[in-house]
Amino acid sequence: MELNSGLKKQPTASLMSSENRDHLNGNHLLHRLYDIQRQSHHIPQHAIPALATELELPVSQIESAIDFYSFFHRTPRGRFDIMFSNCTSCGDLGMMRSLCDKLNIAPGETRADGAVSISDASCIGMCDQGPALLVNGRTITKLSPRRLDLIAEHIEANRALDQWPVEWFDVHDNVRKNGLLLSAPFEPGSALLASIKQGQENMLANIDQSGLRGRGGAGFSTGMKWKFCREAKGDAHYVICNADEGEPGTFKDRILLTSHAHSVFEGMTVCAYLIGAQKGYLYLRAEYRYLLPSLQAVLTHRHNSKLLGEEILGQHGFDFDIEIIVGAGAYICGEESALIESMEEKRGIPRVRPPFPVVSGYLNQPTVVNNVETLAAAAQIAVHGSDWFNAHGSDKSAGSKILSISGDCLTPGAYEYAFGVSIQRILDDCGAEDVQAIQVGGPSGTLIGPDEFERKLGFEDLATGGSFMIFGKDCDLLKVICNFAHFFAHESCGFCTPCRVGTTLLRNGLDKICNGKGTQYDVDEMRRMAALVKRRSHCGLGQTAPSPILDALERFPELFNEKLVHSDFEPHFDLDAALEEARQLTNRDDAEAHL
Amino acid sequence: MSDSNNETITIDGREIPFKAGQTIMDAALDADIYIPHLCHRPGLKPHGSCKLCTVDVDGRTGSSCTLPATAGQQISSNTEDLNEVRKTITQMLFVEGNHFCPSCEKTGDCTLQAVGYHLDMLDGHFPQFYPRREVDASHASIIIDRDRCILCALCVRASREVDGKNVFDIGGRGTDARLIVNAPSGKLVDTDIETDDLAAHICPVGAIIIKEHGYEVPIGRRTFDLHSVAEPGIEPVILRKGKHTDE
Repeated sequence: MELNSGLKKQPTASLMSSENRDHLNGNHLLHRLYDIQRQSHHIPQHAIPALATELELPVSQIESAIDFYSFFHRTPRGRFDIMFSNCTSCGDLGMMRSLCDKLNIAPGETRADGAVSISDASCIGMCDQGPALLVNGRTITKLSPRRLDLIAEHIEANRALDQWPVEWFDVHDNVRKNGLLLSAPFEPGSALLASIKQGQENMLANIDQSGLRGRGGAGFSTGMKWKFCREAKGDAHYVICNADEGEPGTFKDRILLTSHAHSVFEGMTVCAYLIGAQKGYLYLRAEYRYLLPSLQAVLTHRHNSKLLGEEILGQHGFDFDIEIIVGAGAYICGEESALIESMEEKRGIPRVRPPFPVVSGYLNQPTVVNNVETLAAAAQIAVHGSDWFNAHGSDKSAGSKILSISGDCLTPGAYEYAFGVSIQRILDDCGAEDVQAIQVGGPSGTLIGPDEFERKLGFEDLATGGSFMIFGKDCDLLKVICNFAHFFAHESCGFCTPCRVGTTLLRNGLDKICNGKGTQYDVDEMRRMAALVKRRSHCGLGQTAPSPILDALERFPELFNEKLVHSDFEPHFDLDAALEEARQLTNRDDAEAHL
Repeated sequence: MSDSNNETITIDGREIPFKAGQTIMDAALDADIYIPHLCHRPGLKPHGSCKLCTVDVDGRTGSSCTLPATAGQQISSNTEDLNEVRKTITQMLFVEGNHFCPSCEKTGDCTLQAVGYHLDMLDGHFPQFYPRREVDASHASIIIDRDRCILCALCVRASREVDGKNVFDIGGRGTDARLIVNAPSGKLVDTDIETDDLAAHICPVGAIIIKEHGYEVPIGRRTFDLHSVAEPGIEPVILRKGKHTDE
């Protein structure tokens, strides 16, 4: 029995050295579980004690992690394990049911012959080229009925994935509008040379003066964050790139990691130089696992060019290395302290703050956690200067923002704008007409209607992490809100009562209204619960989860009113649904067994 | 480290002192001010998960068990609005699990039940979730009834921080989160827990109970039949449950 409840020993130096050419710690719990699942199509119970002994972790820590991350399974999945996105932009659950029918299988189940399993997953970041799915962790985009037929054929023929047409796995950047960051050429090493030339103090002042604020949505000053971390005392300092881009409708980090990885990694290295870190991590969401080989190649290239490793660019004492950690399907790990917990091989539960990660982060050491886009911007600022950056944008929002535009428009894709741009301008550019509503910043952001399309993008008006979901006039907006409520209930980590229970109550309440059983009482109850969850939850997930409901109640009350039954009270209890267990026990599903 | 200063915080208009490093909850308990709580127990690392101790600090929300006390804080706690929030959170905890007070041997000694009474909670209000949860009766003297677990993690922390063991953890996510046991079998019998461990006694509800001692103290003479959960110095009395609570 493992007595030590605290952290495992620090990662040993040998695992971290530059000899580790795949830039992945093969012994990280999440990676080991992934390997076991790849071999056995699930995590067998008997594998856990051996893994615990080997990794020197308590059995319960491994057990708790397996059940926390959506991509780990306790029961065998099919040789072809398929997950359809259930996002309103890159998902199509009708297609999921259609493929299930073709393959004679029910959603969530594994076929008896072990060939295939099909289920759904939260947004997989393909909103500009959906509908999309993951098969054995690889992404297939642009699904069509024809493609589904062929997928079914390939599965029935037991054809290995590398024999499937390669173009099915194509993921395009779809950059529709270049701006400050996407259009600026970047010479690897240029930001580091500029940093070394200017010196740490000057470069830190430069980043600060640029006005760069975190691009993940919260908008904390990057210069201040780096400064706090640099000043914090610790045995080591760390820089982490948060590439756990999980907000439904967001995919701009995918593009940066695909085509601008050098500037992202260089942003991390500049940060390391300024805060005195020797180790950095890129936490990549599991849905982007397909990016791993290209990211590894960029890291290797940077090593060979003396842009990583020991004595970077010949600077004595400037040692820095980057490792990649791949997540396993948990939206909450985009929250920085949950991400750190996940890096420490635990469930992704957001920590109590203070202390903040800049003081006590990874392994309780001073840590900078920045969004992918923030780091790419920092690298460009290091090269071009703060004036170059803050000449663009608005008063309180310097520079530009890359948007992930999806939904009802002609040309979904990545669009980069200087802050201060109006919503209407964006809609005109992407060919969106007859728009009913837009979700700015994804489900955790703001839902607005046409009378607010003159509002501006920026921290002082409409803040966003990048998601921009457009809903046309024919869209069933209540269904969208309902989809978001399901998303949050599914992704709530379960730590605090308001979010754990509240997101489920909100989901159930919305389902009742969507199913035509809701009354005014249910709407009032939902409003009260939404306010409580928003105000009293532990972290940003709970604090924003009720936003779509509250926004819709304020801006689109008719959505709810049209669906209500006009009585004072309708019970939640559904007698026919309650009989389901009896039907299963008696193996009946005939008409007589239903009410 | 200096353990006192001349600075104060104000809770519901009452100015109280605090020691350096104390949380709002610590300072309140020292001043005999009751802020309802379930996942907090003095001496264990604060958790901040139940959110019953939510207060408004200078207009912002905070959990008093984790928020450091800092000079001059104006704190609202015992207000109608906040007690309504706390009652709702307590109801949420009730409907999320399977709590049947009349047939539960912890009744009268249960802090969840006591907090419910304290907050004038008359019903669960929300539709019941009726989750399916496993009972672990494998151990000779201790039983886990997960139906009643409120995920406060007091047992997790007591085992690690006081007992010097690591018997419990919380696994899973969202409403599927559950108390798990640190053993390859997942069963309590395969751990080194003992009946004298704090972890075996600290459960504020009836999720971890000692076998063969139910109903030793008759209903009517149990902890919260004789004491209010808001009473100063109640914590050791709560822990003595099942013994002679009125002595």
